[in-house]
Amino acid sequence: MEPIIAAASVIAAGLSVGLAAIGPGIGQGQAAGATVEGIARQPEAENKLRGTLLLSLAFMESLTIYGLVVSLSLLFANPFTG
Amino acid sequence: MYPSNILDTSLLLSAIEVGTHYYWDIAGISLHGEVFIISWLVIFLILGAAFLATSSLEQIPKGWQNFMESVLEFTTDIARNQLGESFYRPWVPFVSTLFLFIFGCNWAGALIPWKVLSLPEGELAAPTNDINTTVALALLVSLTYFYAGISKKGLGYFGRYLQPTPILLPINILEDFTKPLSLSFRLFGNTLADELTISVITLLVPLFIPLPIMGLGIFASSVQALIFSTLAAAYIAEAVE
Repeated sequence: MEPIIAAASVIAAGLSVGLAAIGPGIGQGQAAGATVEGIARQPEAENKLRGTLLLSLAFMESLTIYGLVVSLSLLFANPFTG
Repeated sequence: MYPSNILDTSLLLSAIEVGTHYYWDIAGISLHGEVFIISWLVIFLILGAAFLATSSLEQIPKGWQNFMESVLEFTTDIARNQLGESFYRPWVPFVSTLFLFIFGCNWAGALIPWKVLSLPEGELAAPTNDINTTVALALLVSLTYFYAGISKKGLGYFGRYLQPTPILLPINILEDFTKPLSLSFRLFGNTLADELTISVITLLVPLFIPLPIMGLGIFASSVQALIFSTLAAAYIAEAVE
């Protein structure tokens, strides 16, 4: 592998998962915060809220996972190695 | 500068194997053998558990039968919560099978120390860390919700693409492609990320430190099975509503 391609791939792999984690992190924080508020206001709804929270958290997490898949493909299945 | 092969990433991370497979060549098709071995093991485990529970049914369940009945109740609840009381029954087998298979695959990869057995090439791990497995499962879900919608409404099912306004037609069509894409990538990425994290940390500190991450991995992989089956049920519900 060309050194410049290897270096660029490693940097890009780090950036892709790091940048992809920012948005979902904020979103997950807001969702969890809102759920805690909901539970504090109405403790009997906890089970329903927890299920919905887990589902929506997984949705947000999948956005980071897309970044992870990109970085994994750069590291282990790099299409530019030639 | 450096000799070029030092930057070969597969050399730098030599203890971690990604993308190496134990190929079986059957009739000109190469199959990923390690994936097949573990999936067959999981399938036989689930079949055996179900057979044990139903071989001598009793009015008052106890022991294994009791356990499997509570498992069935749990998976039935997944379908019921998404599909509603009146539609859920025909989809219980599909959703339950998805849940049990993915759950079994993830936990088979997380709990059993496969490193003890060595293959000529590649390594035994959870079948869901191969993207082919997850894509197959996700495409099955796609086919199923199309089947559900068309068998319920006939060709009127495609009227849904024009809802709420015809302007959204391209986005509605795109959604049919992004659904299996996100389903498969989510499961694949999570399983592979779990295993990679554990192997990287084991590479750095072999003792004790990886244990909490392993615990987290076990929890996360069971949540992923739940998510996959919940989403499958939700997509079916969207198609039949």
